[in-house]
Amino acid sequence: MILNFFRNTAGAVREINQKYAKPHIEMTRAVRFSLGALRFYLLLLVGIMVYKFISLLR
Amino acid sequence: MNFFSKLFYRYKKVIKVARLYLLIAGPGIIVMVADNDAGGITTYTATGAQYGFHLIWFLILLGPVAYYVQEMTVRLGAVTKRGHAEAIFHSFGSFWGWFSLLDLVFLDWLTMITEFVGMTAAMSIFGVPPIVTVIVGWILMGTMVLQGRYWTWEKAALVFCGLNLIYIPAAFMINPPVDKILHGSFIPSLPPGGFTNALFFLLMANIGTTIAPWMIFFQQSAVVDKGMQEKDMLWGKIDTGVGSLLTVVVAAGCVILTATLLPGQMIDDAATAALRFMPINHYVGALLAIGLFDAGFLGAICISLASSWAFGEVFGWAHSLNHKVKEAPWFYAYYFFDLLLAGTVVLIPHAPLVLITLFVQVIAVTLLPAALVFLILLLNNEETMGQYKNTLFQNVANIGIVVVIIVISTLYGISAIFPKILGG
Repeated sequence: MILNFFRNTAGAVREINQKYAKPHIEMTRAVRFSLGALRFYLLLLVGIMVYKFISLLR
Repeated sequence: MNFFSKLFYRYKKVIKVARLYLLIAGPGIIVMVADNDAGGITTYTATGAQYGFHLIWFLILLGPVAYYVQEMTVRLGAVTKRGHAEAIFHSFGSFWGWFSLLDLVFLDWLTMITEFVGMTAAMSIFGVPPIVTVIVGWILMGTMVLQGRYWTWEKAALVFCGLNLIYIPAAFMINPPVDKILHGSFIPSLPPGGFTNALFFLLMANIGTTIAPWMIFFQQSAVVDKGMQEKDMLWGKIDTGVGSLLTVVVAAGCVILTATLLPGQMIDDAATAALRFMPINHYVGALLAIGLFDAGFLGAICISLASSWAFGEVFGWAHSLNHKVKEAPWFYAYYFFDLLLAGTVVLIPHAPLVLITLFVQVIAVTLLPAALVFLILLLNNEETMGQYKNTLFQNVANIGIVVVIIVISTLYGISAIFPKILGG
């Protein structure tokens, strides 16, 4: 039963990934810039968190 | 006769408009009042105790800020008929979709734990054990959704919103100094001591509690579930405006309470403030405790629904409060699972609740900027928004607000990770 649940969920996730594989918003310069800035921001934030985690372990 | 017939006609018109508003009112008021959740009430009581009436003007400024952000969700929901999670998947693809959904779910769960902490702390003032509070809370939360009608849930939630206004009569009961309140409300000034790191941290906390990621997801999904159309948009905006007014009034009420009764004291949480009120004015202490329970309760039901709607939209489950449990089993299962999990954590002895509160601040800065940026981009997409896309003025106002919120919430999150970074 549990195995079935995970199989169904994995199937649903695959379906969602296929359904939304392509972004539907028009990729204007503003959109591309915003998404790029967002990626950079999140990477920076994750970097800070990882740094904090490592410094805590030390 | 002519005068009286005109008067009667106007009276009928006003009644008709009021009835129409009451029919459409809901998502805006609920999201804004629920925004004054357990964490919010704690922030406001700490603000009043530490800085007196000096920062009421700042809370008043946050009202329009909250309105501008949430108003965009009304337009987006009414035009696209999609919740925010689905809108992100559809417009930006599965990478940003999964990022937003999973971040939202995790953040919502952590925030819900803080709501249950507030509820149990409030009821323990009346001698109610945490397990009883949690179980009664679960039953109430379950009863509200099991009717199978969005309308019933919404009106029940509005009753709890009304209870949240308890801080207003409480503030009047203590005869606060009206001249100081008016001065603090309309003449922006810094508290004695000037701009310190502690003040900056508290200002950031106030902003952080005014705009939360779950609010964006919740209101857009609620607008869709309610079936709001483009023609109802004006009412949706009025509803959001009224809600933002109420959120400011409640926040000011909390500040007035602690500024009057506990000036200069350090408050760690709202339950402590309620306990300290008891020897001074038993009724006001009791009202603050009841309000805190209500704030946690409202926060928990709205946040849990925000997650359930988001999951339902993306996974394609039936996800409306208009469905019975049999018709939308996964939607309700997730709603209850979320509530059960959050409530159970609070009952675990020595659970790291302080760490969880800290995590909420940190995780929020990973989701809030993304949610706000997506909101602005979606509202500028002419293809889907048509005539309802952001105007130049709306873009200037909203982008300005979003940039300030992102900078400040990021500083707030980073200062939670590195407490000494601001010299605190």
